[in-house]
Amino acid sequence: MFLLVEERGVRKLAVIEIRAMHRQQPFDSSLEKPQFPGASAEFVDQLEFIQPNVISGIPVYRVMDRQGNIINPSQDPQLSKETVLNFYQTMTLLNTMDRILYESQRQGRISFYMTNYGEEGTHIGSAAALDPNDLVFGQYREAGVLMYRGFPLDLFMAQCYANADDLGKGRQMPVHYGSKDLNFVTISSPLATQIPQAAGAAYAVKRENKNRAVICYFGEGAASEGDAHAGFNFSATLECPLIFFCRNNGYAISTPTNEQYRGDGIAARGPGYGMLSIRVDGNDVFAVYNATKEARRRAVAENQPFLIEAMTYRIGHHSTSDDSSAYRSVDEVNYWDKQDHPISRLRHYMMARDWWSEDDERSWRKQSRKTVMEAFERAERRLKPNPELLFTDVYQEMTPSLDKQRQALWRHVQQYKEHYPLDLYDK
Amino acid sequence: MATAARFLLRRANSKLALTGVATGSHGSLGATLLKVSPIFSSWTETQRRHAAHFTYHPDPVPTQYGPTQKMNLFQSVTSALDNTLASDPTAVIFGEDVAFGGVFRCTVGLRDKYGKDRVFNTPLCEQGIVGFGIGVAVAGATAIAEIQFADYIFPAFDQIVNEAAKYRYRSGNLFDCGNLTIRAPWGCVGHGSLYHSQSPEAFFAHCPGLKVVIPRGPVQAKGLLLSCIADNNPCIFFEPKILYRAAVEQVPVELYTIPLSQAEVLQEGSDITLVAWGTQIHVMREVADMAQEKLGVSCEVIDLQTILPWDIEAVCKSVVKTGRLLVSHEAPITGGFAAEISSTVQEECFLNLEAPIARVCGYDTPFPHIFEPFYIPDKWKCFDAIKRMINY
Repeated sequence: MFLLVEERGVRKLAVIEIRAMHRQQPFDSSLEKPQFPGASAEFVDQLEFIQPNVISGIPVYRVMDRQGNIINPSQDPQLSKETVLNFYQTMTLLNTMDRILYESQRQGRISFYMTNYGEEGTHIGSAAALDPNDLVFGQYREAGVLMYRGFPLDLFMAQCYANADDLGKGRQMPVHYGSKDLNFVTISSPLATQIPQAAGAAYAVKRENKNRAVICYFGEGAASEGDAHAGFNFSATLECPLIFFCRNNGYAISTPTNEQYRGDGIAARGPGYGMLSIRVDGNDVFAVYNATKEARRRAVAENQPFLIEAMTYRIGHHSTSDDSSAYRSVDEVNYWDKQDHPISRLRHYMMARDWWSEDDERSWRKQSRKTVMEAFERAERRLKPNPELLFTDVYQEMTPSLDKQRQALWRHVQQYKEHYPLDLYDK
Repeated sequence: MATAARFLLRRANSKLALTGVATGSHGSLGATLLKVSPIFSSWTETQRRHAAHFTYHPDPVPTQYGPTQKMNLFQSVTSALDNTLASDPTAVIFGEDVAFGGVFRCTVGLRDKYGKDRVFNTPLCEQGIVGFGIGVAVAGATAIAEIQFADYIFPAFDQIVNEAAKYRYRSGNLFDCGNLTIRAPWGCVGHGSLYHSQSPEAFFAHCPGLKVVIPRGPVQAKGLLLSCIADNNPCIFFEPKILYRAAVEQVPVELYTIPLSQAEVLQEGSDITLVAWGTQIHVMREVADMAQEKLGVSCEVIDLQTILPWDIEAVCKSVVKTGRLLVSHEAPITGGFAAEISSTVQEECFLNLEAPIARVCGYDTPFPHIFEPFYIPDKWKCFDAIKRMINY
């Protein structure tokens, strides 16, 4: 093909070769194999539609049964007592914090809260399998990941109370945590936006070549968003070291999974993107751990994304603005709470090994409640951030226009100060 | 010195050839059929498609940034990207079709020079392109995302407005998208119609946390683009596509920056302030000459350059001097950026105004195809608005 180009003022004809970079062999119509660039496959002369299998879907990988007994000993990660105790205590501490903060919203002390009941296994199992330097993109129901990494109770509370200690400077609703030090990207409310972002971060991290992975959490509802499709396709096509971790907990607010999708959940979509995929029992902390560990190892070694669909159940309401008795039965919720819970399954595992006793349980419950309550009381007493922080961080620098607005507010508040709750805020 | 660069739209067809549309045997049959058609020879001058609505006014040769080279707008963009990839090892450029050089040739040669991990195609998905770009930026690398036409930026609107713009604020400055720059071809091109002509700057001007920048030519484009890339805030850089080939200037070959949020007074005047950006600057410069010649009116022409945050001080200072303001843009008038400028100027300069502020803009319609000559805010509409303002 000829092109008219201009180089340094001189016009000339240039011959351009169109490099068909994706084809290794020249086209050959004598072969009885399709030559189309779009797919690598054989011909078939029977008309047959591929039947999606939703009755017998992708199997659920598990290590323990519902009572906490190891099924296949070769799959037991054989973690140390110290590690397993840490799993258990983190899951239960999260549960305790959830109960107290949920109640505090009911009492009008914080504006909003989301609990993690039933999904603690997905958080702790996956967080434990990662490197501390791995970058985490979450949705909003992954507080256990942050807790496992060492985010202190005071900072969880500070964010929920939006007090002057909040790292986020009081700008977001409760549970929108973030920590630069712990490599946990600040949560945002729009769903699934983090999915293509995680792909981009993984690409940058791949170029840095420092043995780092990225994990991206989202729910089965968020997986319906266009951003999810974008993120899956980009990460596979651009070969990113990324773990997609889908918490399939059965509901997106009131919408059950049979109104969210018609296919075999989220794991079945992975192969459509050319992605290695697995479905795991999300209430089995060891299954989550094993799958995440192996996915992480291979994602970094092979520069490709992995999709883990962790099946679980959202025992709590969607948030404090939701009453799930409006769309599901108490019996259904009770089943999961009593018969298939990540915390009780791990407790059985530990007790079977004499790593934990009823006494340990009682004293730990008492201690964790006390620690949470103390942090809670401290957070509640703390002042809110200085209202000057309303205007900063819009851009890296303060702009003249915004500065004028800030001064205008300041003058206004000076004049009408009795109508503004200045006493609650830091000076 | 104004060089008349007649931009015959027929040359735009060669742009199609550049994007890889096959010629060959298919084309020659078509040509033959046309030649023997009875209407071929009666195709009159008036039926030929119109010449451009503007005369390009090149910048003078810059002397303060080192040696220069003749470049058109797309070449000046390539030069800026080349400088960036050379000086910043984390920088990556991505989008649809950027690998082979881009549909407007802005990334020609860069993949060969810097490697396929740094200049690469993405799947066809604007929300993915911007989301991916945000992630690259958040991880600490320099992300330069290309959206193929500004008309197609809307799937990425959520990522831009809800995510990129708010990343720093909502995280309390723990995380940010300062390393992200989004580039997109912008504005009318003679035949672009609804989906290859849009100027969406007003949608983004309403979003705190973003910067929106629009150059008028190659020298400005390279300096402003490099400023956007260096700036620690997410920036959208709109490139007037009609100027890609038509605008030719001497452009410094080395890295240089032109400050953001600083409007430029291109010519001083005393009777009326004319504010515009991008292609429309060249229309305004011609209008300024017409006003001087036919009406004896002295116009001060200001290129806003940065739409957000915009240089309020420069525009107000000018209007205090002249007492009259005309703002012109291709985008539809209602809710267009001229409305913001007009509102602020009447607040700040109310008592200085001799006449109502005029806005000469596109109509409140989608951008039409065959009616483009009637739709655009051409020099006659601007000239007429000046006439009415002077006689107010």
